Amino acid sequence: MSLAPLLIPWAAALALALPLLAGAACFVVGGRAAATLALGVAVLSSAAGIVLTAGVEADGVQRLALAGWAPPLGIVWRIDGLAALAVALTGLIFAAVLVHAEKSLDLLRGEGLSEAFRPLALVLLGGLNALYMANDVFNLYVTLELVTLAAVGMVALAGDPAAALRYLLVGVLGALAYMLGCGLLYAAFGTLDLDLLAGRVEPGGTASAALALMIVGVMAKGALFPLHGWLPPAHGSAVAPASALLSGVVAKGGFYVLLRLWLDVYPATGAAPAAAQILGVLGTLAVLWGSLQAIRQTRLKVLLAYSTVAQLGYLMVSLPLIASAAGHASGLAGALHLMASHACAKAAMFLTAGSLIATRGHDRLADLKGAAHDHPMTAFTLGLAGMTLMGLPPSGGFIAKWLLLDASLRSGQWWWAAVILGGSLLAGVYVFLAVSWSMSRPPGEPSDAQPPPLPRRLEFAALALALVAMALGFVSAEHIP
Amino acid sequence: MMFILLGAVLFALGLYGAFARRNVVLKLVAVNIASSGVFLVVVSVAPPLPDGGTDPLPQALVLTGIVISVAVTAFGLALARRLGADEGRATLDDEEETS
Amino acid sequence: MTLLPWSQAAPLLMLFSSFLAGVIIFTLDEQRHVLRATLNLGAAAAKLVLVGVVLLGVAAGQTFEVAWPLVGGFDLVLRVDPLSMLFITLSAFLWFVTTVYAIGYLEGSPDRSRFFGFFSLCVTATVGIALAGNLLTFFFFYELLTLSTYPLVVHRGTTESLRAGRIYLLYALPASTALLAGIVGLAVLTGQTEFSPRGSGLAGVPVEDHAFELRLIFVLLIGGLAAKAALLPLHGWLPQAMVAPAPVSALLHAVAVVKAGAFGIMRVVYDVYGLELAYDLGLSQGLAVLAAATILYGSVRALAQDDLKRRLAWSTVSQVSYIILGVALAGPTATLGGLVHLVHQGIMKITLFFCAGNIAETHHVHKIAEMNGMGRRMPWTMAAFTIAALGMIGLPPTAGFISKWFLGVGAVEVGAWWVLVVLMVSSLLNAAYFLPLVYRAWFLPPADATAGRADAKLTLLIPALITAALTILLGLFANTPFTPLAWVRLIAEADHI
Repeated sequence: MSLAPLLIPWAAALALALPLLAGAACFVVGGRAAATLALGVAVLSSAAGIVLTAGVEADGVQRLALAGWAPPLGIVWRIDGLAALAVALTGLIFAAVLVHAEKSLDLLRGEGLSEAFRPLALVLLGGLNALYMANDVFNLYVTLELVTLAAVGMVALAGDPAAALRYLLVGVLGALAYMLGCGLLYAAFGTLDLDLLAGRVEPGGTASAALALMIVGVMAKGALFPLHGWLPPAHGSAVAPASALLSGVVAKGGFYVLLRLWLDVYPATGAAPAAAQILGVLGTLAVLWGSLQAIRQTRLKVLLAYSTVAQLGYLMVSLPLIASAAGHASGLAGALHLMASHACAKAAMFLTAGSLIATRGHDRLADLKGAAHDHPMTAFTLGLAGMTLMGLPPSGGFIAKWLLLDASLRSGQWWWAAVILGGSLLAGVYVFLAVSWSMSRPPGEPSDAQPPPLPRRLEFAALALALVAMALGFVSAEHIP
Repeated sequence: MMFILLGAVLFALGLYGAFARRNVVLKLVAVNIASSGVFLVVVSVAPPLPDGGTDPLPQALVLTGIVISVAVTAFGLALARRLGADEGRATLDDEEETS
Repeated sequence: MTLLPWSQAAPLLMLFSSFLAGVIIFTLDEQRHVLRATLNLGAAAAKLVLVGVVLLGVAAGQTFEVAWPLVGGFDLVLRVDPLSMLFITLSAFLWFVTTVYAIGYLEGSPDRSRFFGFFSLCVTATVGIALAGNLLTFFFFYELLTLSTYPLVVHRGTTESLRAGRIYLLYALPASTALLAGIVGLAVLTGQTEFSPRGSGLAGVPVEDHAFELRLIFVLLIGGLAAKAALLPLHGWLPQAMVAPAPVSALLHAVAVVKAGAFGIMRVVYDVYGLELAYDLGLSQGLAVLAAATILYGSVRALAQDDLKRRLAWSTVSQVSYIILGVALAGPTATLGGLVHLVHQGIMKITLFFCAGNIAETHHVHKIAEMNGMGRRMPWTMAAFTIAALGMIGLPPTAGFISKWFLGVGAVEVGAWWVLVVLMVSSLLNAAYFLPLVYRAWFLPPADATAGRADAKLTLLIPALITAALTILLGLFANTPFTPLAWVRLIAEADHI
C-alpha cells in the first residue's frame, strides 16, 4: 500500500508554509524557544524533502494545485526528484548552519545577532522550497524575489551595506529582465505554466527574445558570469553563517531556474545549441576568472566567494553537454551532483571560516598559521570539503567531475573536458593555499598552551556538512533522476 | 503598440540610469523607472481575450510586480540610509569591493 | 539477515582494519600515547594476519571480490588476485615495521594523533590501490593516497617541509588529472576500465581504428602514474620530499607512494592493455627507454649529493625504474625481475631510510662528510645499512642480486642487449655512491675522537635489523617456496605472461 497520495501534499505544504510561518513567529519570539523552533523547522523541512523523494520515487512526478484551482488561473506546484532532493538537502544545510549560527553569531558580532538571523533564514528557506517546487515562470519570479530579498537582508545583517545594495540593485534589474520575458511569453503563447509552455512554445523571434531576457535575468540573480560582480563582496563581507547559506544554497537558485527553463521550455525554441555554446564559453571564463581571482585573495572568505563564481561556471559548462544528445544524461546527472555536493562543501567551508574568525578574530590567510594544530577538526573539515571543490575522490565533486567528463567525451566535445580538468587544477591551487597556511606552524617552539577551544557544535556542524559532501561521492549517480 | 514602445524606452532609460548614476538614491529611482517600463510592456503586449475583454492575468502579474517593487525600494532606501550613517557616503565605489 | 560471505568480507576487512584505526586515532586525545600505540600496532598486526589468511586462500584457488556501484555503470571493485597480494603483503608487512619505528621516532613530538591518523589513512589507500579491480577504483584510492600523504610530508610545518609538500602536490595533482583524463577516455572508448588478465577487456575494441586514441590514453595513464613512480621527467618531487620525518620517507619510498605508481604501471601494461597490445602499439618500447634513462640519471644525481637522505632519494628514483624496466621489457624472465624488485627494493630501501633516520636522530648527522667512524659509534645501525647498500648494488647473496639477475637474463632473452649495458653502468654507479659511504663509516676515524659508542634506541633499531635480515634471507632462499620470487612465478603463470 502506498502512503504517497496522503503524505505528499502534507509534506509539500509543510516545506512551503512552515518556514514562512515560523519565520514570522521568530520576529515576535526570541531566545531559546526561537532557536529550537528554527532548528526544528529546518529539520522538518529536510524530513519533508525525504518523504517527497520517496514519494516521487514510488509514484513519479507529483503535481499539486493550490486550493484545487487548475491552471491557467490557479497555481500548480510540481514535485519531481530534483525538487524533492533539493528540499531535503536545503533543509539539512540550513539545520547545520543554524546550529553553527546560534553559537558563532554571538561570538562573531556580539549578543543579539542570532535573533535577527533566524527569521531571515527561515524566510529564505521557505522561499527556496517554493522556488524548487514552482511550476510556472511567474511563480519562479516571485519566489526568486523572495529569496533575493531575504538574501540581501542576510548580507546587510552584519556585512557591508554597499555590497548589499549592489546585490539588491543587480537582483532587481535581473528580475525586471526576467519579468519582461514572462510578459512576452504570455503574450505569445497564452500560458505561464511550464508543462503547458513546453507543449506550446514554437521556434521564433518572440520565444527566443523572451527566453534570452529571462536567462539574462537569472544570470544576474545567480551570479553567472559575466554578471557575477556582486557576489564576491556580498558573500565575502556577510557574516560567515550567512555566507554559508548564500554561497552554498542561494547561489544555485539562479542556475536552478535556468535549468528548469532549459529542460522544459528551451528545447522547443530551437535555439538551444547555439545558446548552449555561448553559455559554455561564459562558463569557461567564469571558471578561469573565478579561480584566478580566488588564488590572488588574501582572505579566506573572499577566496571562498570567488571559488563559488568558478564553481557556478562549471554548471554553465554543463549546459552544452546537456544540450547534446549523447551527453544529456550524464551531463545532467553531473550538474545535479555538482550542485548538491558543492552546496554542502561550500557551506561547510564558510562555517569553518566562521569558526576560525570566532577564535582568531579575522580570516587573513597568513594568520591561519597553526590552525591545524590548534583546531585539528576544523582544519580537517576545510581540507575535506576542499576535496569536493577539487573534484577528488572520495567526494560528490568527483562523481560530478567524472560524469561531466564522460558527457563531454561521449558527445565529442573534448574541449569542455579540458576546461573541467583545468578548472579543477586551479581549484586545487586555491584549496591548497588555505590548507597549507593552516598546516604551517607559527615561528618559535610549539607551545603546550592550549588555545581558546572552539565550541564543539561549531566544529561538528561544519564537519557534518563536509561528511555529507563526501558521502555524496558514494551515492550511485543512478539514484538522482 | 505605442505603449509597448514607451515601456521599452522607459526600461532602457531606467537601465541606463541604474548604471550611470553614482548616487544610490538616484539608482533606486532609475530602477523604479525601469520597473514602470516593464509593467507597461507586460500589460500592453497581452492580446485581448476572444470575447473582446481584457485578459486579467497580466494585470495580476503587474500588481504582484508593483508590490515587490515597493518592497524592494523601501529596503533599498533603508540600506542607503545605513550606508550614509555607517560610512558617510551615498555611492557604491568599486574600490570598496573587496574591503 | 546474513553476514557477508568471507569472499566479500575479506577485502573489506583488509581495507577497513587500518581505516577504522585511523578514524579512532584522529579523535584520540593527544596525550593517550599508550592507547594510540596499541591501536596502531593492533591494526597493523590484524592486517598482517588477515593478509596471511587471504594469501593462503588465494594460493588454494579461492577468489575474493566485492563491488559497489559508483557512477554511471562503473563500480568500485575490490578484487584479490596474485599481483594484488604481492603488493598488499609487502605494504602490510612494511607498515607493521614502520609503525614500530614511527612510534619510537616521534616520541615526544607534537600532533601525533594527526600524524598517525593520516598514517593509517595512507595505508588504507595503499590497500585500496592493491585491491582495486578496475581503473576507477584504482584512481579513487590513488588520490586518497596523495591527499593522506600530504599532511605527513608537511607534518613538521616548517617552511622547508611546506615547500616540499607544495612541490609534491605540484607534481601529483596535474599527474592525477592526466590519469583521470585517460581513465575517462578509456571508459568512453571501451565502456569499461576493468583489470583483466592479458588486457582482455580491450579485446572487443578495433585496434586499427583507434590506434591514436589508444596511444594517447596510454600516454595519459602512464604519465599520471609516472609522477608517483618518479619516472623521468616527473621525478623532481621525490628528492625534495626527503625533508619529511624518516617514517614518512619510508612510506614514500618503500611502502606506498612510489610503489603505487610502479604498481599502477604494471596494472596498465599487464591488465589493461596487455603486453602484446602495448608492444604492438610501440608503447612498451618507449617505456623501457624512459625507465633506462631514469635508472642512469637517478644514479648520476645520487652520486653528486652530500646529504645522506637526498642521496637515498635519488637512489630511489633510479631503483624504482628497475621495476618499470622489467615490466616494459615484456619478456617472461624480465617480468619476474621487475615484479620481484617491487618487493626487494621496498625492503632494502626502507632499511636504508630507517638507518638514515637513526643516524640523524641519535647523532644529528645529516651530511655524508660527517659519517666518518659511524660504524664504531652505531655498529648495529651501520651493519643494517651496509647490508642494504650491498643489496642495492646487487651483490650476491642479497635480494638485490636476484632482481638484477633476472632483469639481465630477461633482457638477453628478448634480445635487448643495451639493457645489459644499462644495468652494468648503473650497478657501477650504485657502488660508486654507496661504497665510499660504507668505507667512511667503518674505516675512517670519527672526527670527534672522544665520541663514544651510542646506537639508536631499540624501537628504531629493531625494524632496521629485521628488514636488513630479510634482505639477505630473501636473496639466500630465493628459490624456496614462500618467498617473493616463488609468488612472482605464480603470478606469471597464473594470468600475466
